[in-house]
Formats: sequence, C-alpha cells, structure tokens
Amino acid sequence: MMTVLSFFNYWIVVVLMMIGFYCVIARGNMVKKVMGLNLFQTSVFILFISAGKIVGGSTPIVREGVELYSNPLPHVLILTAIVVGVATTAVGLALTVRINEAYGSIEDDHLGDEDDGDEQ
Amino acid sequence: MTITELMPFSVLVPLIASLVCALLPGRFWPWAVTLVATITSAVIAAITLPAAAQVTLSYAFGNWPPPIGIEYRVDAANAFVALLVAGMAAVALPWAKKSVDREVPERQGAFYALFLLALSGLLGITLSGDAFNIFVFLEISSLATYGLIAHGSDRRALLASFRYLIMGTVGATFLLIGIGFLYVMTGTLNLADLAERLPEVRDTSTVRAALAFIIVGMGLKLAMLPLHLWLPNAYTYAPSFVTVFLAGTATKVALYVMLRFVFTVFAPDWSFVVLPLSTVLMILAVAGMFAGSWVAMFQPNIKRMLAYSSVAQVGYMVLGVSLVSIVGLTAAFLHLFNHALMKTALFMAVGTVIYQVGSGHLKDFRGLGRTMPWTLTAFALAGLSIIGVPLTAGFVSKWYLIQAALDQGQWFLVVLILITSLMAIVYIWRVIEAAWFQERPGNQPAVGEAPLALLIPTWVLVALNFYFGIDTRLTVGGATAAAEALLGGGMAP
Repeated sequence: MMTVLSFFNYWIVVVLMMIGFYCVIARGNMVKKVMGLNLFQTSVFILFISAGKIVGGSTPIVREGVELYSNPLPHVLILTAIVVGVATTAVGLALTVRINEAYGSIEDDHLGDEDDGDEQ
Repeated sequence: MTITELMPFSVLVPLIASLVCALLPGRFWPWAVTLVATITSAVIAAITLPAAAQVTLSYAFGNWPPPIGIEYRVDAANAFVALLVAGMAAVALPWAKKSVDREVPERQGAFYALFLLALSGLLGITLSGDAFNIFVFLEISSLATYGLIAHGSDRRALLASFRYLIMGTVGATFLLIGIGFLYVMTGTLNLADLAERLPEVRDTSTVRAALAFIIVGMGLKLAMLPLHLWLPNAYTYAPSFVTVFLAGTATKVALYVMLRFVFTVFAPDWSFVVLPLSTVLMILAVAGMFAGSWVAMFQPNIKRMLAYSSVAQVGYMVLGVSLVSIVGLTAAFLHLFNHALMKTALFMAVGTVIYQVGSGHLKDFRGLGRTMPWTLTAFALAGLSIIGVPLTAGFVSKWYLIQAALDQGQWFLVVLILITSLMAIVYIWRVIEAAWFQERPGNQPAVGEAPLALLIPTWVLVALNFYFGIDTRLTVGGATAAAEALLGGGMAP
C-alpha cells in the first residue's frame, strides 16, 4: 500500500496521460482534440518535475546551512517544454479557427467525406 | 575562425534570417534573404562534412563545457545528413520563387520566415548533441512545418495540417517521455555522456521503455508504415514548394534521430537484443514497401501518388537499418541521400506541371509530353532513378541494399526489393503513358513549356541523379563513414 502511495504522482501521470490520449483519439471535435493533446503533454511535464524532487531537498538556491538541494534541471527543461506546449496549442487552435471558417464545422469525422467531391 | 566555431552557424544563420524575413514586405526581398541564408548554411555544411569525417567536432554553447552545457557534436553521420538538408533547401529555393508567387501570393515574408525556421530546426536536430535540445529543435521544425502546410490553397490543406499537428505532437511527446526516462536513470542529457552511463543501468524496464517510446515517437515523424497516415494528405495539399522541401528533408532527419538513439545512445548490441527490433523493423519496412507502392499505383492525384511512394521508400531505408550491418546502414544512408534527390526532382516536375496547368491530376497530364517536353522528360528521368535503373542514383542505393541482404543470406528480401521496384515502374509508367500516348482533350486550354526558372533547378536535380549514379565517391564515401560512425566506435571523444 505504501509503495503505491509513494508513487502517487506517477499514478497521476499515467492517469492523466491516458485521459489525454483517449481524448485525442476518440473525440471528433477539434478543440477537444487539442485539449486532450494539452493534457497529454502536461502529464509528461509532471513526470519530469516529479523526477526532480529529492526527499528532504531544499529549493535549489545556494545558502548557508543547506546541504541537500532539489534538482533544478527538470524544472528548467519543463519551462521550455511548456513554451513548446503553448505554441502547439496556439497553432492547433488557430488551425481549428481556419477550419471552422473554411468548412463551417470542427467535427473531424464529417469533414473527410464532404471533400471527396472536390477531387474531380 | 576554425571549422568548429563555424559549424553552429549553419543553424544560426537561418534562425536569425527568419526574424529578418518575417518583417520584410513584398515578394522579392523575403525570397532573396531566404536564398542567401540557405546558401550560406549549405556552404557551411559542405565545409563541415570533410572535417567531421576526420575527427568529431564539438562546440560548447556559451562556453559551458559539456555534459553540463549544450553541445553541438558533429561526426560523419550528422554532417552527412546536415549537408543533405541544407543542400536540398538551397537547390529548391531558386525553383521556389515562381511557384510560391503563384500559390502563396500574400504575406510571403511570413511564409519564408516559417520555411527558414523549419530549416534551422531540422539542421539543429542533426547537429545537436543534447537529447533535450533535439526535442526542442524537433518541435521548432514541426510547428513551422504545420504552418507551411496550412498555406496550401485547397481548404483540405488545413485539415491535413491539423491532423499532422496531432500526430506529430504525439510523436514528439513520446520522444520527450523517452528522454525523460533516460534522464531519470542517468542524470544526463548529453548523448555521448548518455552512451557512457547507460550500460550500468540498461537492464531495467525504465530504459527498455525509453527505447520503445523513442522508436515509436520517431517512427511517427518518419512515417514508418502503420504511423504514416499524416504523410499523404500533408504532401498532397501543401504548396508545391513545401512538398518539394519536406519530401527531401523532414523524414530523413527523423530517421537520423532514430538511428542516433538506437545505435549511439543504446549500443546496437543491446537495443537489437532486448527488443526484437530487427524483426519488427524488417516486417514494417517490407509492409511499407508493398503497401506504399501498391496504393501509389492507383492514385489519380500525382502528388499523392508520389507521397505514397515516399512511404515505400522510407521502407527501403528502414530495411537497410534492420539488417544491422555496416553495408545495411550504408544502404540506409545512401537511400536517404538518393531518395531526397529523386523525390525532390519528381515533386519539382509535378509542381512545374501544376504551375502551368493548375492541377496535378493524372487526367491533366494527358498529352503534356508534346507541349511540355522538358518538364515531362525530367519527370521520366527522375522516375527511372526511383525505379532503380542502372546509371541512376536509385540503382546505387538499391544495389547496396541487395548486397546487405545477400550478406546475411536473406535472399527473399532481394526478391521483395525487385518486386517493389517493378511496382514503381507501374506507377511511373502511368504518368508517362498519359503524357505521351494520350491525346490532349480538345476542351482543355493549350499549355506551353514552363518558364526556365522552374526548369533549370529541376534539371539540375535530374542531372545530380545521374551524376551520383555514376560517380559515387561522395555518396558512398559519406554513407560508409556515417554508418561506421554509428556502428563503429560510437561517438569517439
């Protein structure tokens, strides 16, 4: 029981990842797809951040009387990854707006069939 | 300035130029700045290759010594891929001017800025020696690519771009998960350092999971068979110039990343043992060769036909990798280079037809052989290369692939390679048949030969296809050095 609980944040990572992945695959609505993608990425951020935690470690600022610091590198990496995630979401939503203007719908399932006609 | 100090500029020049480009108005200056930046980058990559083949170059950014700081680490393998990427971009740009003017008439500053971002991202992936840096550059190039694809004039370009965004982001995030697992186990992100520290911890499920995540993630970007679904639509509906550029570069760089991880970071004596990689890759490669060629034979849209043919050609490259030998890897690198040459030439020829006729449909190719002889002859000659006729570049890479298969006694692979080459004859022949043996329907407007600005770059590439089919010193030498760099001593210090 304690081992399960001590990996609590990793369980959250797995659950979030699967929810996000499910949204991406199963949802037809493009905004929901983008949100699912976001959730999926966020779970990976938590995975990295969790790895940076050291039990008993203090904030990584050098000062008197502190021997053990948390690892700051994962935080820095994830800052970059968050920026990447925001950019991806922005591009995804911008495309969704353009698709809505062009097709009048953002339900992915219907859009494919409608277009077979223009091929000729 | 030494070559080591010069080498990072092939990434930095396009990156900085993209900022300038985004601010420039009009149609001429954005293109001119892009051309200059791309050629500079290609020249630097060309200078780097001979030096990197001698000794591994290492540049520490901000003077932070690796493995703490970010390092660009260039050996024969990445210098070869970087030269390919920058060289293809430099050859494609003179062609781009007219085609982009037609297909993307407005806001060309932003369009070329995205192109430069994609280029610098792809070069960054190849040159960087830091796992997380590779992820960031991968996302830079991917995001720019989604924007470029969405510039297509057909509204389906938007859908294609969106679907690529979803799949591409999942792929890149898989890579990030894999890198995260490696970091957790070793505490380093530097590739050379990872390779040193991994052997101690590699018999854990975390490292095995990292390998699986990285292979699936890169398989997505590479368009390996079951993960190729984004590619046909993205190539079909993107502006012609974007297709020309992506066909020669994007999937190649993804293959390079996969090889770098499988061979350098997790040494092949581990990665091909702990997972049945060789078998899996071989089955997927052969399935890709067949499925891609098969679907290509029935496509009415020529751009889509070539896109499916790309799926098949990726199969040849992965097949070379799956043989895990110096000759097999050499064949993979050779085909990576040669396929870029021939597919770029083919897409240029089709783009030229689209420029003149307005459509890339097979029925619009009818009778074009007489009115646009130069364009269609270029298509036919590049087609010979993709089939693998002797004296063309395509023959050289298939020859090495067959040799690699025979070395391992896998003669049935030789049969499969020959059968898929026959299928390539079928799909290239459909175009030739339509262009020369069918009359142009009377109700279609007459078209003349394409302008020289489009023809000359296309013919330069066709000529390169034949040049590298006859004089193989650069390609075979470079590919062998690349294969030895990956399979041999790894990243020598």
